Amino acid sequence: MNDEQRRKERLDRGLKVRADSLYALMSWRELGYLTLPRFVLIAGILVMPFLMPSMYWQRVISVACIYAILAMSFDLLAHYVGLVSLGGAFFIGTGGYIAAVLNTSLGIPPLVCIPIAAIAGGVICTILLLPCLPLRGVYFAIVTLMYPLALGRVIEALDILGGTDGILGVESFPNRWVEQYFVIAMVLLFLFGLRRLVNVDLGLVLRAVKDNDQAVKASGMSIAFFKALAVFIASGMGCLAGACIVHIYMWSGISLFALDFSILPIAATVIGGGGTLVGPVLGCFILVPISELLREFGTLRIVAYSVILMAFVVFRSEGIMNYGQRKYHQFERWVKV
Amino acid sequence: MDILIYGTINSVSLALMALGFALVYGISRVANFAHGALYVVTGFITWSLFKGAGLNYLLSIVLAMLCTGVIGAVIYRFFLIRVRGMAISEIIASYAIGLAILEGFRWGGFKGMTYTLPSFIEGSFMVAGIPVDYQRALVVVIGLAVVGFLWGFTHFTRIGLALRGMAQDERAALMLGIDSDLMAVVAMAFGSMLAGLAAVVLLPLGNIVVEKGYDVLIQAIAVCIVGGLGSWFGAVAAAFIIGFAQIFTVVWWGAHFQMVVALLAIILTLVLRPSGLFGRQKELEERV
Amino acid sequence: MSRETILRVEDVSKTFGGILALNRLSFDVGRGEVLGIIGPNGSGKTTVVNCITGFVKMSSGKVFFKGKDISGKPPHKIADMGVTRTFQVMRPYYSLPAYKNLVIPLFSPRARRTGGWRGGGKLGDRNTVGIDILEEIGFERDSFVPYKMASTLPTGYLKRLELARCLALQPEVILCDEVFSGLSMSEIASMVPLIERIQMDGITVVMIEHRLRELFRVANRIVVLNFGEKLMEGVPEEVMSDERVREAYFGSEEVEEVMTYA
Repeated sequence: MNDEQRRKERLDRGLKVRADSLYALMSWRELGYLTLPRFVLIAGILVMPFLMPSMYWQRVISVACIYAILAMSFDLLAHYVGLVSLGGAFFIGTGGYIAAVLNTSLGIPPLVCIPIAAIAGGVICTILLLPCLPLRGVYFAIVTLMYPLALGRVIEALDILGGTDGILGVESFPNRWVEQYFVIAMVLLFLFGLRRLVNVDLGLVLRAVKDNDQAVKASGMSIAFFKALAVFIASGMGCLAGACIVHIYMWSGISLFALDFSILPIAATVIGGGGTLVGPVLGCFILVPISELLREFGTLRIVAYSVILMAFVVFRSEGIMNYGQRKYHQFERWVKV
Repeated sequence: MDILIYGTINSVSLALMALGFALVYGISRVANFAHGALYVVTGFITWSLFKGAGLNYLLSIVLAMLCTGVIGAVIYRFFLIRVRGMAISEIIASYAIGLAILEGFRWGGFKGMTYTLPSFIEGSFMVAGIPVDYQRALVVVIGLAVVGFLWGFTHFTRIGLALRGMAQDERAALMLGIDSDLMAVVAMAFGSMLAGLAAVVLLPLGNIVVEKGYDVLIQAIAVCIVGGLGSWFGAVAAAFIIGFAQIFTVVWWGAHFQMVVALLAIILTLVLRPSGLFGRQKELEERV
Repeated sequence: MSRETILRVEDVSKTFGGILALNRLSFDVGRGEVLGIIGPNGSGKTTVVNCITGFVKMSSGKVFFKGKDISGKPPHKIADMGVTRTFQVMRPYYSLPAYKNLVIPLFSPRARRTGGWRGGGKLGDRNTVGIDILEEIGFERDSFVPYKMASTLPTGYLKRLELARCLALQPEVILCDEVFSGLSMSEIASMVPLIERIQMDGITVVMIEHRLRELFRVANRIVVLNFGEKLMEGVPEEVMSDERVREAYFGSEEVEEVMTYA
């Protein structure tokens, strides 16, 4: 009986193996293999504003960058620490309102407001999320889901912080190029910063919390502390994004707590490839322009994101970047068994 | 005195909303974030059948509840079952489904005052000097009946016992020949129908609005967390606690704060006693 | 030979729902000894470890470490004080290479204080220290074994990795939960010198085991559990010849050479 069976085998490309070690420095080809994707990314993102046909679309790029920062924070929390944040809007709203208040009441210039809002907002959000950190992931999801909804209503009901009208008259950036490149710089900073972070010792501990928290506890470290640290980083990023958007639109209102900010980062992460930190950025740059094009259709956008999101998650698509990385680094072939 | 009456009404309403969620979570450990969506779906279907197609009211209600049950089962069987056990994906998937449904309704023009369902019995009567709608009284009666029925069902019928068995230990239930997937689908169908029941009983008190979907979801979650995920009695007790707390808040501060009460209740519970008042979760599972 | 007591379990009970897993259990662990805890399945051995190290809350009773009451403290605090454990169901950090697995315990406050087993006081680069520890523990340095993904390592290495994770904290007590299980005779034979070396470093080792013959070679004293209670304790020879112990494991029929084949 000659029953030949085959199976698919995935191997790292030779180029990757050579490029993995120090010997990559010996050859232009290997160096190129490593640096080309990063170069394309950086160059692409820096050049994009010039390629845009109008100021309207340049603003869309800025908004996409804001979403990208939020999506990266979602990816960090979900795929590296194991906490699913269903309410990105919570961070955006907190950061946005803090920046708006600092700017309109205290007259602080935007470029100073933003860092302050990021850090202050990070602290506030972390404190508010502290109770659910020692517990299972489901509680974190529930609480992050609820905070934006509840806060929106509280502001509306108490009519504080501008109530339904919001806070008007927030200063804008000095000029539109600063606006544009500031957010782009933030995206690149966080992207490369986070990618570095998850590979240093602290990042390894965070990833270990997701992988096997009992072992981390048995090693003498408090899970709640490291989760809180991760939440601080993520919420700081989200608040920074919120502060930026408030200065772009020159207005801060309840719509900062809208579902858009909660669901689009998740959809972008899932489509772009979770766990890669680049995937969410890519996903945002795909989804935000589409969202602009669909603007006339109102909340159909959210329906569309939700359906796509659900389809990707359930049918377990790995996302664009995961697929891309796999193809780039590995090849497949049939092998006789 | 009126606080007592309104408090009771509110509490039973909350219990009705929460039972469906508690059932699904207790049995298949899936947090059904689409619970609020199913609530609104039932209302919508009832309205369509009754006002749109002109069917008999009772028939519309029954059909709508069955539809919702089927929808819930389908959601589980074709979508959630594929991500069972992967915590992150489960949460995202059910959240996305719920969101898609609710926002879909919002886009479909489902807003404003035009969508209402009539009460079962019009009019009101006096209880200790306070006027109470028949509908609201019915809410209490039906609510208590549902709680009683569920208790009896899960303690005395085969399917009910199977569900309880699964809730306690899935592997042991599997070994006894209980098909856990099928039971999970059944649980989901039941949970959805309970959401539907809550909808048809409670919606006549107001309008059918998409925001209600989110409200219901949050309040159901709050009740379940405070009472302890997985405990019947806890859910009912928590419903009363939160229900009365909300009425007190309305009386003393204003009507807008109901959701804040729910949120505060959740945070307080998580800080003080994470497994809820009557939660029977084992410690190793709860305190991660 | 009396040793100072480093760990004392006093009247500990634990119920899970309707099951009484531990029933007023008491025993002492002397500093620097190797104590074996044995007993038939279900006698509560892993529960004892969970209670001592804080992963499970005791229903009643106390645990003392160096005279201080550690009952009910959270697991990471207890580990920080120097009482570490391995897990019966091994779960290394699969997505990381073996030596990176050690970076995590080396990041802990305790490792930073103590320098991480022969780190010499001041903690150097964690990757290097990790490789050093792995070499000490029996991973061949020059092969690629320390650099392999933890998911590709065979059981013997994984067991050593579990021990290494404890050793990285420079502990005072290690509670080993069935560290010999799943290993072949020769693998166990090569692990015994490791345990002896750990003991020579002054670390107290408590071993929950089923492999009695191998355990009796390393252990100084044995505590026998049955149904959550202490059946008896003593040196291995006493335990081997005790009637009650044989009965607990095998029932009351006459069985020859019981302990040799356990």
